[in-house]
Amino acid sequence: MNFKIPKDIDMSKQASWCPGCGHGIVCHVITEAVEELGLSDKIITVDDVACGQFGQFAMKYNTVMGAHGRTIPTAAGIKNARPDALVIARPGDGSAYSIGIESTVYSAIRNDNILAIVINNSVFGMTGGQMSPTSLPGMKTATSPFGRDETKNGQMMDIAKILGQTNMAYLARCAVNSPANIEKAKKAIKKALTKNLNGEGFCLVEILSPCPTNWKMSEVDACQFIKDTQSKYLPLGEFVDKGGNE
Amino acid sequence: MAKVNLNISRCKGCFLCASVCPKNVLIPSDKLGPKGFGMIELDETKECIGCGACFKMCPDYCIEIED
Repeated sequence: MNFKIPKDIDMSKQASWCPGCGHGIVCHVITEAVEELGLSDKIITVDDVACGQFGQFAMKYNTVMGAHGRTIPTAAGIKNARPDALVIARPGDGSAYSIGIESTVYSAIRNDNILAIVINNSVFGMTGGQMSPTSLPGMKTATSPFGRDETKNGQMMDIAKILGQTNMAYLARCAVNSPANIEKAKKAIKKALTKNLNGEGFCLVEILSPCPTNWKMSEVDACQFIKDTQSKYLPLGEFVDKGGNE
Repeated sequence: MAKVNLNISRCKGCFLCASVCPKNVLIPSDKLGPKGFGMIELDETKECIGCGACFKMCPDYCIEIED
């Protein structure tokens, strides 16, 4: 079997992500899913002010960059202006769950017909690895050097528990730490894009992604950390599938 | 036997490809790549089975596989 780089990947430039960053794998998964559905001409992506912004150098799609944390409402606005386009917002966990949590919740409540692909690496990556709402209990970050204390810093956030009660179309959590999980992530993105194409409503795919630089471990250990620890606190799977069951 | 095409100029030396290769065709090199990071190289003595695990795992799109 031949494996070719998707034609929507821009090979003339290279995004300056750290070695082993999951963002590159996520962009690969998105372009493969879009190409298999034959929707390349319809896609508009909305990038975040964070590590995700380098996606504009990795993918050839038309891109708008929103203000930090306002990626999902920007995407909803673009969808209202261009109903024929398929809009993909690519925020990180700091943007979608911390600074822009109200935008995420209200997009789900309004059931905007867009796809949000949230890259969750449990820290604020670009600013230097500070604690984010999804940092795991006991996790050492730049602003919690002795580990996250749940009595002091609050509970870890699980988006499936917050959005599980809304009327959104699709909510799934995947990971990009192994080839098998990457295939599952591609399947989830294809399913969400198909739902958007049918006008079913808001889809959110959360992707657990390695951040070796801020987790202060090797790239291979970071993938193992997702398997052993992160996915134990944030279980993978489909949580909402309209037409299916909760 | 499948053929692995490496685009070494894009490699940042994360070695995720080597960690998922079931036949250990891809191995970390002792030399530094053109970017000053570590570099991956092919072990010519091993046979690639063309599973595509390294292709899926590579975050910098360095690897293509053909039959």
